Parts: sequence; structure tokens; C-alpha cells
Amino acid sequence: MTVGIKKAARPRKMSFPEGVYLVEIAKALWLTMSHLLRNIVRQEGIRTIEYPEVRREMPPRFRGLHRLMKREDGTPRCTACFCCPTACPAKCITIVAGESPDPRVEKFPVRFDIDMLRCVFCGLCVEACPLDAIRMDTGWFTPPDDSREKLVFTIEMLLEKRG
Amino acid sequence: MPNLTINGVAVSVPEGTTILSAAKQVGIHIPHYCYHTHLSVAGNCRMCQVEVEKFPKLQTACSTVATEGMVVRTDTEAVRKAVRGALEFLLIHHPIDCPICDQAGECGLQDYYMTVGLHKSRYPLGDKIHKKKVQDAGSGIVLDAERCILCSRCVRFLEEVTGTRELQFFRRGDHSEISFFPGRPIDNHYAGNLADICPVGALTSRDFRFRCRVWFLKSAESICTGCARGCNIEAHFHEGVLYRYKPRVNDAVNRAWMCDFGRMEYRKANEARLLAPFVRENGVEKEMPWGALMPQVAQRLSDAVRTHGADTVAVIASPQLSNEELFLVRHFASDLLGTMNLAFTRRAPEDGFSDDFLIHPDKNPNSAGARLLGIPGEEAFHAVAGRISRGEIRALVIFGNVLGAFSEKGTLELLSKAPFIVQVGTNEGVVSRAAHAVLPSASFVERGGTFVNCDGRLQRFRAGFAPRGKARNTIEILVDLGNRLGAGWSFSGEESVFRALSRSEAPFRGMTYGSIGSLGREVKR
Repeated sequence: MTVGIKKAARPRKMSFPEGVYLVEIAKALWLTMSHLLRNIVRQEGIRTIEYPEVRREMPPRFRGLHRLMKREDGTPRCTACFCCPTACPAKCITIVAGESPDPRVEKFPVRFDIDMLRCVFCGLCVEACPLDAIRMDTGWFTPPDDSREKLVFTIEMLLEKRG
Repeated sequence: MPNLTINGVAVSVPEGTTILSAAKQVGIHIPHYCYHTHLSVAGNCRMCQVEVEKFPKLQTACSTVATEGMVVRTDTEAVRKAVRGALEFLLIHHPIDCPICDQAGECGLQDYYMTVGLHKSRYPLGDKIHKKKVQDAGSGIVLDAERCILCSRCVRFLEEVTGTRELQFFRRGDHSEISFFPGRPIDNHYAGNLADICPVGALTSRDFRFRCRVWFLKSAESICTGCARGCNIEAHFHEGVLYRYKPRVNDAVNRAWMCDFGRMEYRKANEARLLAPFVRENGVEKEMPWGALMPQVAQRLSDAVRTHGADTVAVIASPQLSNEELFLVRHFASDLLGTMNLAFTRRAPEDGFSDDFLIHPDKNPNSAGARLLGIPGEEAFHAVAGRISRGEIRALVIFGNVLGAFSEKGTLELLSKAPFIVQVGTNEGVVSRAAHAVLPSASFVERGGTFVNCDGRLQRFRAGFAPRGKARNTIEILVDLGNRLGAGWSFSGEESVFRALSRSEAPFRGMTYGSIGSLGREVKR
């Protein structure tokens, strides 16, 4: 196989006024000052938002933090079928299955951990789930935290989240 | 020798061979549920229908004997339609609860649906007949009547192999189901095979239930260590954890079966394992790296030989070790330490239970191998034990986790008489509580080698995954220790040891791993 070679454009040679820098610095300062003045006069036009108090509208197919769905009686919908850890390319889902006391349920997840530091938010777990038990519709990014352990979300945390 | 053609491929088979087996010989797979190589033919699942020229109707390949000049086709539209129809009938009342079914991934229904089915269900969901799920059928078997396709493999197994006849068909038509008689659940030592032969998820193992999805499992050809029969098995593991054993077909040993005791042997590779080398000084355990511990052990052993004589050193081997390991142990004891105090001790059988089928009273996989390699057994062991109890042994090397028929108290009392004990073992136990230096060794499926079973058959088991924790292969430990005592061994891996063994030991002469193959062969006596 031959490797296609693409010539990258070299930076063009600077003209004399650009080379002196002073003109360019003045232009840049003017841009900054103009935004400052405009924002002071017309505050409603400010382009930045005060995240996380103000949040952008996410597109409907945005893949955010996961949540686990519940049945009507409040138990997790998940039956620990292991389809999501099988599909997961990042191997971030850990499930331990147990025998449910309810014979109609039979199998349920004793543990269901998602390591948010490993997750690549590809959404394959949602695709794989035969029961629509896992969704990524919370609209949230991974929040920052001060330890790795806190970013391994357990089944209780995942069940609490709302879409 | 009838000659026939299957899908245009000519094949010549012995008299009495069925079309299904003949097709298998030329690599043509004919779908089947009720047919099992080691059970009688029932012909009730109708999945193996094939077209045979000049027959007015389709024939079941499992029950039709191949005859001269037969022309069989398995790939015509008529066959496809019939098989798809049969599968559709089998799936009519199936609950399709694959997400919670342990069979998913190795299920005949899933497999054949993908290859010959792919039909849309024409049966209303609400009309499905529901049967009893999650029944405890006894002997560690869970029965789900709803998933059953009534192939009768389990009924035939219990009739023809165990002769106990616990399971039977009950009721009629759509309501037919497999069940046991009230108050008479499955009660035999071969019940685990039911979960293996069930082509769907109707009979599953209580022990394996929900523990791991089968598609994660990898497998290694192995030999059961539960008793001297040496049943051929497949060991299934995932990420360094052994999950289950399944019998491997070997008509010379275990046919297609194994007992429930053997099946549970896998647990020993997971529970109470010795994972890091340690020393015990004044009753306090101290973990130590291999590099620091091995010179110390070698030093203590050679000091004992030098100052008190080779007679004060003893080596106790175990018939849980492979031939390769025992060969090195023998050289280690007689050539390097120069001691006559070498014996092997058997793992004490819990009840010594045996039967006339597979379960052997000797609960060790390689007692025959130890004897063939010239390591003396029980009598010599009692002589060595006598010397230990009289305080004549200054340094003792124990391979294995228990000492013969001694009780826990008896073992501790005996071992308290020896001033220096080295253990090379896999599991925590009475010996590891008494030893002064513990060298953790690779358990079953973490190492390879050969065993000789009770009938003198040499069989090979293979390593599946690397030893857990800091444990090391017994051969590696022996070579390291031996070289520190001046052996000059350059063995690496069990195959190089076996080559040396087959050169010098008469019963194994001329054998190679290649000639043992996956089914083993008889040793010369």
C-alpha cells in the first residue's frame, strides 16, 4: 500500500508591520477591550455562560452520565445479563449477579459499578441493553472529584439519577 | 463399508454408522438436540432431518443408518424448511429469557436460531404456556421446565448411565414437561452431567449459576485431580479465576461424563490459596520476596546435610504433583540432598468413597505415576513420619498441603518435632501453619504436566493461565532450589523435563507430548 502524502501549508512569511509586533498587539488589545466594553454596556449579550448554574441545552442525542432505570415497584430493571460489559470497549462496567428472592425476577445485579474515569461515553452499553435498563440521558458530564474511588459510580448512585 | 455421498462429498463409513455421524466425519454439521454420542437414539427433536434420494420423505439423520450408494443432501430448500419448522415448534412456548438464562452463549436454541431459524414468531405472546421455573431438582441442579424442549437427553442419561431414573415426562401435549416425582429429587453423584447435556437452559448447575457469562470463559484441556481415574476435562476460566470443569470425551477413560466430586475440585484453585512466599520466625509470619527467600532455604538445607548428615533431611512428595515435578523431586532428594528419606503421602480421602463407574477410592490423580517413578508410598512415609516424631529429622521439605492420614492435631504435633520445614504447596492448611518457609506453587490449570491414572494411562493437562499472586510453577521452584544446591539444571517448562524423564525412565521411554496427544496413552509396565 502506498502512503498518500499531503503537503502541509507552511506559515506564510510575515509582512513588515506584522513583524514589528506592536501593531498586532494593539489590534489584539483593541479586540479585548471592545468585548469588555460591550459586555459592560450590554450584559445580556455576554457569550460565556455561568456553568454549572446556567447550562447549555444539550442536543437530544447527547450521551451524558449513565443512569439505571427502575421498575414500577422501585427495583432495578437490570437483570444482570452482562450484555453491557460485553459490549463495553473500555471495560468499565463491573456486574456481580445474584439470585433474587422474587422468582419472577430470578437474577438481579448485586453490584453494578461504572468506572467513570474509564468510560469513553460511546453509548454501546445503552445499545446492548435488552431491557432499556441503562440510559445516558442525564445530560451531565463527569463531575470533577478528588479521588478515583468517588468516580466509580455504584448501583445506588446510578439508580438515583434522573433523565 | 458402505460408501455414500453427503452434499456431493463421498464418504466411506463402517457398517451401522448413522448419517449424522458420517456427515460429522466429513465436517458437515447436521443440527440436532436429542442426539448425543453417548446416549441411545431418540429421534424426537426432528432437527436432523435430511433428504435422502429415493426416500419419499425426509429422514432423521441420527436414526437412519448409512447404506451403500446413499445420496444425502442437507442443504436443499425442503430440508431448510423442515428444520426451520421444527425449530419454530420447539420455540413456540419457550420463554426467551436469555438475559437471565445461564445457558445463553452455549445454547442450542440460540445457535440454531441464528443458523437455520431467523424466523419471526407467529405465536401470540399471551398464548404461551407457562411452566414452573427455578425448581430445585436436587444434587445441585436447577430445573426450569419452561425452557425445556423435551429432547429427553436427561431422561435417557438417568436411565442408561446412572440407572436412577429420577426425571420423567409428565402431562401431555403442549403441557408436557420434565419433572421429578414428588419428594424424589435427583440424587446421584453424576447429576452435574445433566447441566452439560441439556442443550438448552432447562437444567443448569446451581454452583455455576449466575457466576460468569459463558462467552467470557476460556478453556484448557485438563485432567480432573479429584481421584485416580483421571477423567478428561475442560477447565473453564476467566481472568485468572477457575469457574467450572466440564467433561471431555475420552472413551478409554470417562466416556463423556464426570462425577460431581471431581466437578467441585476447581474450588481449590480459588479458595484459601497461598499467594506470597513467607517465613515463620518464632511463630510470626513474615512475607519475603522470592529472591531473598530461596538462598536462605537452600542454605538451611545444605547446612543440615553438612552438619548432621544427609540422613537427617527428609522429602515428602505428593501424588498431586505431575510426573515431571515428581521426577525433579526424586532427583532433588536422592542426588542433591543425598537422602533416602523420600516418600509420598496421599491426600486423605474424606470418605474414601468409590463406585463401579468413575469414582476411584484413591483421591489423588498421580499415585500410579509416583510409583512408576520409583518414589516409595505409604510404608516409606510412615517410616519417615516415625523418624520425624523421634526428632531425627533436622530439615524437612513437604510438597503438598496435607500429610496423609494424619489428623490436623496429629500433623501439627508431628511437624513440631522438626526444627526446619519448607513447604511447596498451593493452599493454606495445616502444613502451611506449621512450616517455617512457605513457597507458594502454581495450582491446577496454572501449570501443565502429565498424570498416570489408575489404569496406567499417561494423560496430559495444560496450563490455562499464569499462577495467581506471587505463586510460581513447582518446576521453576525446584530448578531454582536445585541449582542453588549445585544441580546445574537448565529445564524450562514441563516439556523439557518430560524429555529428560522419557529418556531415563523405562515406563515412559520414547514418549513425547506429541505422542501422548489430547487423549493420552498407556505407559509400558
